[in-house]
Amino acid sequence: MSITIIYTIATLSVIGTSAAVILYFVAQKFKVYEDPRIDQVEQSLPGANCGGCGFAGCRAFADTCVKAENLAGLNCPVGGNETMGKVADILGLVAEKKDPRTAFIRCNGTCDHRPKTSQFDGASTCAIAASVYGGETDCQWGCLGYGDCFDVCEFDAIELRAHLGVPLIIDDKCVACGKCVDACPKNLIELRKRNPKDRKVVVACRNKDKGAVARKACDVACIGCGKCEKECKFDAITIENNLAFIDSDKCKLCRKCVSVCPTNSIIELNFPPRKIVTEEKEECTTEK
Amino acid sequence: MLKTFKLGGVHPPENKISANAKIEVLPLPKSVFIPVAQHIGAPAIPVVNKGDVVKVGQIIAKSSSFVSTNIHSPVSGKVKKVDVATDSSGYTRQGIFIDVEGDEWLEEIDRDETLKTDFDFDAKTIIQKIQDAGIVGLGGATFPTHVKLVPPVGMKAEVLLINGVECEPYLTSDHRLMLEKPEEIMVGTKILMKALNVEKAFIGIENNKPDAIQLLTSKASKYPGIGIVPLKVKYPQGGEKQLIKAVTGKEVPSGGLPIAVGAVVSNVGTAFAVYEAVQKNKPLFERVVTVTGKGVKKPSNFKVRLGTPTTELIDAAGGLPEDTGKIISGGPMMGKALATPDVPVTKGTSGILILAESEAKRREYIECIRCGRCVSVCPMGLEPYLLMTVSEKHLFDRAENERVLDCIECGSCSYTCPSNRPLLDYIRYGKAKVGQIVRSRKK
Amino acid sequence: MSKILTVSPSPHIHSSDSTRKIMLRVVYAMIPAMLWSVFVFGFDAARVTLIAIAACLAFEFLIQKYLLKVKPAITDGSALVTGILLAFNVPANLPWWIIIIGAFAAIGFGKMSFGGLGSNIFNPALVGRVFLLISFPVQMTSWPVTQQSGVDAVTGATPLGIIKEALNNGVAVSEIASKLPVPKDLLLGNIGGSLGEISALLLILGGIYMLITKVITWHIPVAVIGSAALLSGIFWMVNPELYINPVYHILSGGMMLGAIYMATDMVSSPMTPKSQIIYGAGIGVLTILIRLFGAYPEGISFAILIMNALVPLLNRYIKPRRFGEVKKQPAKA
Repeated sequence: MSITIIYTIATLSVIGTSAAVILYFVAQKFKVYEDPRIDQVEQSLPGANCGGCGFAGCRAFADTCVKAENLAGLNCPVGGNETMGKVADILGLVAEKKDPRTAFIRCNGTCDHRPKTSQFDGASTCAIAASVYGGETDCQWGCLGYGDCFDVCEFDAIELRAHLGVPLIIDDKCVACGKCVDACPKNLIELRKRNPKDRKVVVACRNKDKGAVARKACDVACIGCGKCEKECKFDAITIENNLAFIDSDKCKLCRKCVSVCPTNSIIELNFPPRKIVTEEKEECTTEK
Repeated sequence: MLKTFKLGGVHPPENKISANAKIEVLPLPKSVFIPVAQHIGAPAIPVVNKGDVVKVGQIIAKSSSFVSTNIHSPVSGKVKKVDVATDSSGYTRQGIFIDVEGDEWLEEIDRDETLKTDFDFDAKTIIQKIQDAGIVGLGGATFPTHVKLVPPVGMKAEVLLINGVECEPYLTSDHRLMLEKPEEIMVGTKILMKALNVEKAFIGIENNKPDAIQLLTSKASKYPGIGIVPLKVKYPQGGEKQLIKAVTGKEVPSGGLPIAVGAVVSNVGTAFAVYEAVQKNKPLFERVVTVTGKGVKKPSNFKVRLGTPTTELIDAAGGLPEDTGKIISGGPMMGKALATPDVPVTKGTSGILILAESEAKRREYIECIRCGRCVSVCPMGLEPYLLMTVSEKHLFDRAENERVLDCIECGSCSYTCPSNRPLLDYIRYGKAKVGQIVRSRKK
Repeated sequence: MSKILTVSPSPHIHSSDSTRKIMLRVVYAMIPAMLWSVFVFGFDAARVTLIAIAACLAFEFLIQKYLLKVKPAITDGSALVTGILLAFNVPANLPWWIIIIGAFAAIGFGKMSFGGLGSNIFNPALVGRVFLLISFPVQMTSWPVTQQSGVDAVTGATPLGIIKEALNNGVAVSEIASKLPVPKDLLLGNIGGSLGEISALLLILGGIYMLITKVITWHIPVAVIGSAALLSGIFWMVNPELYINPVYHILSGGMMLGAIYMATDMVSSPMTPKSQIIYGAGIGVLTILIRLFGAYPEGISFAILIMNALVPLLNRYIKPRRFGEVKKQPAKA
């Protein structure tokens, strides 16, 4: 009995030791040299592997940074300037300063504003619905509400709001990786400059139809009247194809355009309330 | 033993309820909207302006490249505006609005109905006439016909196939056309043979249309080189590749065009349009449209001017039934559902199908039970269940390797799936994505 | 136009077939054999069947509702099929609590642990059966005598059991011939065995019904039975005194039940005809090898489970013939 135990232990030890020796030599033989700084850079990255930088994960980004001669064009949107500063320190380079950004869905066509005129009955993804037709409402530019953006977001920064028909981006969680921007077949999502307290003044509409058509489809559609463009003192607003656009890099958040917009398609967010408190949106169920 | 294609296929109920309705000429509409993109390829460029007076057959939008076609005014009247409006794609498109006044045709169009058989044209003239007349494939694909008639360098057409299969359930426009204009189709076929310089042509017809087979066979003796091929009923036999396989036994290689096996396929409607264009100088501005559905009072086949609102067709067929749930432009297998009937008839509209609410909704889908039926019915020998999964998970490399681009979007997989899975929805999505990737790779 | 139209991608029509209808057809196909089992084994057979069905449905419902937290879908009929198949695979005198354990293994381990209908790799009923066979070998192999045999014995032996014993003890086939039922009894089901495996004829009848209603295709049953006949035939020709003739192998034990009802289970069988034939042939060969050289007299359950495990591989590497695949395209670098 005890002999068996001894034999067992002995054989296993021999096998183990020889395997270790073989592995050691194999590892030596096939060793690949890697710049140790890649590991250091990777350590300083957020490690979300979101691909927001345009590379296949954090390691690929770290690899590119180490090999790059300067950091121009390389930016980790999740970590922002702080992380890029650390990366720059490790590599002895200078990082570009970039304004932090946040994503915004430029559509406010919730079901109370945009009446439903047809019923989509295919696989519930925005991409498939968009390939079939303009959407359940008469606005072919607006949000479809099936949440392709929600599906790709790895930071839980999007709330689906199926009952309203338009998702909401939660600024606190959004890291501006840009995945939702690519996922939206209607091209509604824009990465805008992040202002203090996440304040923003945005044209929440992408409708390029003529005013009357747009207005008929949705009562908060931009009709391209141009009032906001005239009102803006900072040249932040441009009108193209019956649609106003506020450049978030130029906007000074004066909010004058908000009050002149006849259709309330320009919205202000996260400002202290003005005289009237915005009323709670009525819930209306849309079938997902 | 009747011919058919080998791989896959399904047998949806035929429901050809409008098969006995003679083609009626629909009264002129009050106004028309003619989208400038009615075909595959670059949209045509409008050449008329607001206030211009146009005649029937006049060019109102010019072809903008080789793969594009002219668009002719289907009515006479005044151009109201050049603007955007929703068409059957479900999106707004640029187009020309014309208010109809009278019915004044261009003088060079021969409006005589008698058969004309003048074959004294050379291939070049024929192709030019077809191109000028704005003819596209009328089976639904709307690919410009003149492009097909010029084979790529180094390739030679050997056989012309005329598609009289009409495998889509419900639709009967091709069937009626074959019954009412058999000789014209034959002449059109002859002209196409001449343009392609081929000796042989076959008209493939499924044997659920015995009257058409009999009639065309009896006429065929007068036109040497044209053979009538009765085919076993099976969907999607009207698919170009399936038809070639059924008639000639050859398989178009994956990713290739029919010309790779020496075949050119045209629809019977196209052959008829070619006849009219070459013999009567009549450009393509009207077509036969089936209006059908189980709830439709008077299922009909109409000869319609392009640009006519779909609503007028529906009214002429007895109005929209109470319980309408879905309006489809085209057949039930490959047609496009319309969000509103307020869209114009275009070159590709082969039918308007109205489904009741009970037929319109899809059943809820459940898990795949891996029964393999989608695999066995796929006429392209693909594995739809797999293509759906990889498309859903955005594994587009895998989708490409599994030949998602070979999919002809016939819908047999979704039709047959016992779990009601939206196979084709996802495959189409994957196909579009892989197509983008392949194109960007080429650049 | 105030009417809201439905818009969806094509196709806009659907065949009238559904998963539920397919499952029900499998149930209909099994009814003759089920009735026969009641006729042969009496009330006990009905008891076993009902307990198995009830337990399978209950476990399916409970696991879906409380563990997976999804909408219970017991009406899809798949648990019903599993229940009947499980009952078909056990002896009629099995205690009720063992049946319930078997149902739990079938639904819980065989099906739900993989994610429910469509995701399971193995045939759930067979997982249940094999679980029981290994856990309760005595109860699972004590066969009640048929009511027709008229012998005063509590337990009988299956033909395969007799053959196996002879094989193990080196007794010649000719010496045990008298103990074995004649092929006619095998066909009709006048033999000992599990509930559903006794009457080959009625099983074939159900199989024909499933073929006509397109629940199954001929590939798997033919491949299983064909390969089993071929292999056992070869052994028999080599040494007819040691190995019994193929008729016994085909008509006795779970061969018919396995080939027609269990190997053809849609979820755990391959997709394309080509791979179905490979899969079926594998089952046939393994069954005979286990019967002749393995520890158990019967091997089809193990054979099917082993081949089930190979199905993902078959699906991955054996592709249907694709349209237009005339010449190989140059491989992409």
